[in-house]
Amino acid sequence: MALTRDDVKRVAHLARIEISDAGAESVLRDLDNIFGLIEQMQAVDVSGVEPMAHAQDVMLRLREDTVTERDQHALFQSVAPQVQAGLYLVPKVIE
Amino acid sequence: MHNATIKSLSAELAAGRLSSVEVTRHFLRRINTLSKIYNCFITVDEEKSLAAAGAADALRAAGRAQPLTGIPIAQKDIFCAKGWLTTCGSRMLSNFVSPYDAHVVERLDAAGAVNIGKTNMDEFAMGSSNETSYYGPVRNPWNIETVPGGSSGGSAAAVAARLAPGAIGTDTGGSIRQPAALTGISGLKPTYGVVSRYGMIAFASSLDQGGPMARSAEDLALLLNVLAGFDARDSTSLDRPAEDYTRDLARPIAGLRIGLPKEFFAAGAAPEVEKAVGEAIGHLRKLGCETVEVSLPNMALSVPVYYVLAPAEASSNLARFDGVRYGYRAPEYGDLLEMYKKTRAEGFGAEVKRRILIGTYVLSHGYYDAYYIRAQKLRRLIAQDFSEAFGKCDLIMGPTSPSSAFKLGEKAGDPVQMYLSDIYTIAVNLAGLPGMSIPCGFDSRGLPVGLQVIGNYFGEARMLNAAHQYQLVTDWHDRAPPGIEIQ
Repeated sequence: MALTRDDVKRVAHLARIEISDAGAESVLRDLDNIFGLIEQMQAVDVSGVEPMAHAQDVMLRLREDTVTERDQHALFQSVAPQVQAGLYLVPKVIE
Repeated sequence: MHNATIKSLSAELAAGRLSSVEVTRHFLRRINTLSKIYNCFITVDEEKSLAAAGAADALRAAGRAQPLTGIPIAQKDIFCAKGWLTTCGSRMLSNFVSPYDAHVVERLDAAGAVNIGKTNMDEFAMGSSNETSYYGPVRNPWNIETVPGGSSGGSAAAVAARLAPGAIGTDTGGSIRQPAALTGISGLKPTYGVVSRYGMIAFASSLDQGGPMARSAEDLALLLNVLAGFDARDSTSLDRPAEDYTRDLARPIAGLRIGLPKEFFAAGAAPEVEKAVGEAIGHLRKLGCETVEVSLPNMALSVPVYYVLAPAEASSNLARFDGVRYGYRAPEYGDLLEMYKKTRAEGFGAEVKRRILIGTYVLSHGYYDAYYIRAQKLRRLIAQDFSEAFGKCDLIMGPTSPSSAFKLGEKAGDPVQMYLSDIYTIAVNLAGLPGMSIPCGFDSRGLPVGLQVIGNYFGEARMLNAAHQYQLVTDWHDRAPPGIEIQ
């Protein structure tokens, strides 16, 4: 499989990472080598094998529908880049 | 004092011959002098550590001491510790003072252990050499021109250089075991689900597991007794009865069946690594262990499978770093999209971005089945290989790493070569099994070699038993790197 520079730029956009043309070129070389390694997976027949998502086959636990957290928003927002009146500030998205 | 194990320091504290404040001061003084050389700590806070030591001494005076009370333990900077800078080795979190404690940090605190500092690590635990850290590479105390391994390289170097008697690390594909091997210490990755991941910054959630790093198997057991335990805040934490991991240490190991996977010895480890591992197996035979050849036919596929699954999970986990709620935000941007993109471009280093891009690609439309689902199917085959092998043996052993410590920069420009240095450790994470590394010799350059011990699910006590019995008749784990004695 051969990746192109446009693939890299598309994926970088999906991942919300700014990348220059030169940057995409250098990432492309690395990814080509890495996918060369990953392609070894295609050599094995996996028909009939159940995918394994997790090491332990455990069910998600349920808990009582009660409040377990106390309100700590001021503490948690104290590490935010920009906060006002309990809200996180970002550039305006609606004019 | 710094050459003492946790076990012996604990006895000295219990006998009243030392106080935690004295022990903590001693290690802080060593850190002040030596950590510049190895770059193994990101944050040291004397005031906080000494306050914890004072509290530990008070706990002892009140008759409420436990084995770890008053013992300084270094924490990999991936564990959130309230009021401490918690960077995960990244610019992205270079300003993040955690507002809460990880579960294991709470447990160490409750046991009276002293946080002696936060250790350097590969950025977001992605690396095998500790060269991807925003805070610069860690140097191996055995030879400062070589890497300490990664990603828990700072914790490993701190223990090897006697800057802390023990440390905690995390292991997603070998990040406790490989640095333990390269720095001549002991390290254990527990069964997936034994140690809570709450407050442990996520890399690949189906593989990540925290665990202890120390100088001996006995010390690992003491640490694991504190780290392990159910926590409802981690949905993968297993609710099972507490174990005393020291319970079997003294048991003779005659009759123990050791499986030697033929693929481990055909995978091209350095001859000096194979020789040291072979001699260790010979020692265990003398103690009455039997050896049996086993096979892990899909082992070679564990590296490609891992480099699909781990980046896929990472791309999802690291989506949270967006410059909105905590951490770094780019200083200049126009709209919201640009804020995200610049923040992430500037906040993450090259290896982290590479893995996010791989993960985003393999999860993207049209490639999901060919990569992600196929990798999950192969993961099951790899886990089944272990299950068959454990039908014939009690423990599996082999090398931890194909080579001893490599030179700084040697593999930094070639991601694939770097990834292949985890060939022996990754399969264990994919299967969710416990694995450990203990020192078993040195190569001709004087660099340590590690023996990997793999157990069946929840086989930690048995692994620690075999490792402890081996350490009773060998002294590799007591050897100290040159140049660590200071006035």
